[in-house]
Amino acid sequence: MTDKTVTQQDIAASASRSQWWDVWAQFRTHRGAMIGAFVFLLIVFGILLGPWLWSTDATFIDIRAKNARAISSCFSQDWGMIGRCLADPISMKAETGLKVYWAHPLGTDQLGRDNLARVIKGGQVSLAVGVTAMLLALFVGTLVGVLAGFFKKLDGLLMRTTDLFLALPLLPLLLVMFMLFRDTLNSNFGPEMGAFILMVTAIGITSWMPTARIVRGDVLAIKEREFVLAARSIGTTNSKLIMRHVLPNVMSPIMVSATLGIANAIITESALSFLGLGFPPDFPTWGRLLFDSTDFLVSYPERVIYPGLAISLTVLSVNYIGDGLRDALDPRIRGR
Amino acid sequence: MLNFIIRRSGISVLTLFFISFVIFMLLAMAPGDPTASLPLSIPAEVKAAIRESLGLGQNPFVRFVKWFYAFFWIEPMYTIEQLTGLNTYWDQQRIISFQSRSPVMDIVWQRIPQTLWVVGLGYLVGTLIALPIGVISAYKQYSWFDQIGTFISMVGFSVPTFFTGVLLIVIFSVNLGWFPSIYDTTLVVDSWANFVKQVKQMVLPVSVLALYNAAQISRFMRASMLDNLNQDYVRTARAKGLGEKAVVLVHVMRNSMIPVVTVIALGVPTVFSGAIITEQVFKVNGLGQLLITAIQANDIPMVQTLTVIFAVLIILFNLIADVLYGVLDPRIRYD
Repeated sequence: MTDKTVTQQDIAASASRSQWWDVWAQFRTHRGAMIGAFVFLLIVFGILLGPWLWSTDATFIDIRAKNARAISSCFSQDWGMIGRCLADPISMKAETGLKVYWAHPLGTDQLGRDNLARVIKGGQVSLAVGVTAMLLALFVGTLVGVLAGFFKKLDGLLMRTTDLFLALPLLPLLLVMFMLFRDTLNSNFGPEMGAFILMVTAIGITSWMPTARIVRGDVLAIKEREFVLAARSIGTTNSKLIMRHVLPNVMSPIMVSATLGIANAIITESALSFLGLGFPPDFPTWGRLLFDSTDFLVSYPERVIYPGLAISLTVLSVNYIGDGLRDALDPRIRGR
Repeated sequence: MLNFIIRRSGISVLTLFFISFVIFMLLAMAPGDPTASLPLSIPAEVKAAIRESLGLGQNPFVRFVKWFYAFFWIEPMYTIEQLTGLNTYWDQQRIISFQSRSPVMDIVWQRIPQTLWVVGLGYLVGTLIALPIGVISAYKQYSWFDQIGTFISMVGFSVPTFFTGVLLIVIFSVNLGWFPSIYDTTLVVDSWANFVKQVKQMVLPVSVLALYNAAQISRFMRASMLDNLNQDYVRTARAKGLGEKAVVLVHVMRNSMIPVVTVIALGVPTVFSGAIITEQVFKVNGLGQLLITAIQANDIPMVQTLTVIFAVLIILFNLIADVLYGVLDPRIRYD
């Protein structure tokens, strides 16, 4: 009698736990992923709320304060001077020639624009490009994967196309696309919007292939399952079948691809900007800031460090989140 | 197996043809005109003559066929003639660069040694580091070595090479002054002092590429070793009294290497195109730098040829990886 009530309670307790609750429970046990998620959220909030917290405009030119060093360069002074340098940095200039201001904690560039404001602004652009390009790649990849897996007639053609795209030399091709279409798009949408559209489209259409392959494989397996047969036997149409029964079951690989896609898009965007073929020069992105700062590498090494650190931390945290998600969404690992 | 190789090569040739066609048409669509930067005072008919002399008079399909023939037939024949002295080339028209008006392939051959030295050595060093790290990480799973190893490989995998490169320059050439930040390709190694110089200037670019590649390959090696370590045949080997060294290094390692070898083969072409960035950071005038300058100068034949060379590498190493997989793993039979 008692046994029975306990089992019923157990069932009631376990029924209230949804699948996503289980996933979250498993995700929490992955220490790297939790730290990654924390760092990523911190970066995202810093970038989104940054303009309110740090009101200096990224394009404001404070020409008197140009080429100021970051406040951290106080630590390169003698031991006795560090405290004074941090307390009253402006007085340092007369004695040691060190130009630091609390008004510009990360220093300024060669025109006197505030580096902190530029890193925040650059982060907005880089993340916007990363997320939008990821969504585009995910959409194309899922569409191709589902169509190829679900409709046998389309499979051969779509998968050959995927193979073909995989054999393309991507970085050279992206560079070529920039050379070809930049001017046309710039004249139609303005230099910033033009570069944004080009960047997102270029990254999107060159990074959907892994998603398509994984999704196709999963769809092929799910298509043969009984619940799909049952749904079909009661007359569900193909589109309903895909939307209601197939897509929810391939969400796990899509979510893992999404996190890895953001990392990939951010790296590609910065790489293109780093090669001087991305956004226009006065429009900061992390890659562009890094590229512009390499000219001043010897005199102002910290200018390179901040945008580079921002890119690296973002990508590293996103990759850790991806690792954790992959473990959490894998039912063979979950619950162990 | 032979049947498979023949069929697979056939598909590769078709893919290659299609990719060269797509790249050619993309470039032919280009609104950028190589005569656009000429002075406006040049009369229209002279400009037309210049375009004609650059080979832009014909329609794109004819140009593509001519380019395809020149790249895949005339250029190999020219190389054969240069190497053997046989008369195979008969002074046919080669692909000419818009920028320098000299044959594209001559410039490419000049640039290949720099790229191969830096990139090739980076990949080799990376692989040699990655394999033992992957093996030890998997054998001692969750030990401190594994924790540090996986963390470093995650960092190496996530941090882009243009940042590690710049960071190494800041530390080792700006602050410490140990290594030069610019790769000097005019250096001729003829004495011990010059040899030391050459080694010094190669240290930074090679270590950047080695870190990046080692990170990727060691992740694969670790995962592959972990898959094999719990297999029944490992227990059998231990049960019949083999030493740990023989079990891990001979039995497990040989089986774990199968997927890793194909990953290494597949990584070679991406290393070539990925090295575009490293070459830009360290100012190595290799293939990547050649592509960037060609793109900036609207040098269409050069861009086309280089992109197709990268595509050839990708397709070739895909083929090699597929064949290797079949050769190494007898369970896989392509029929």
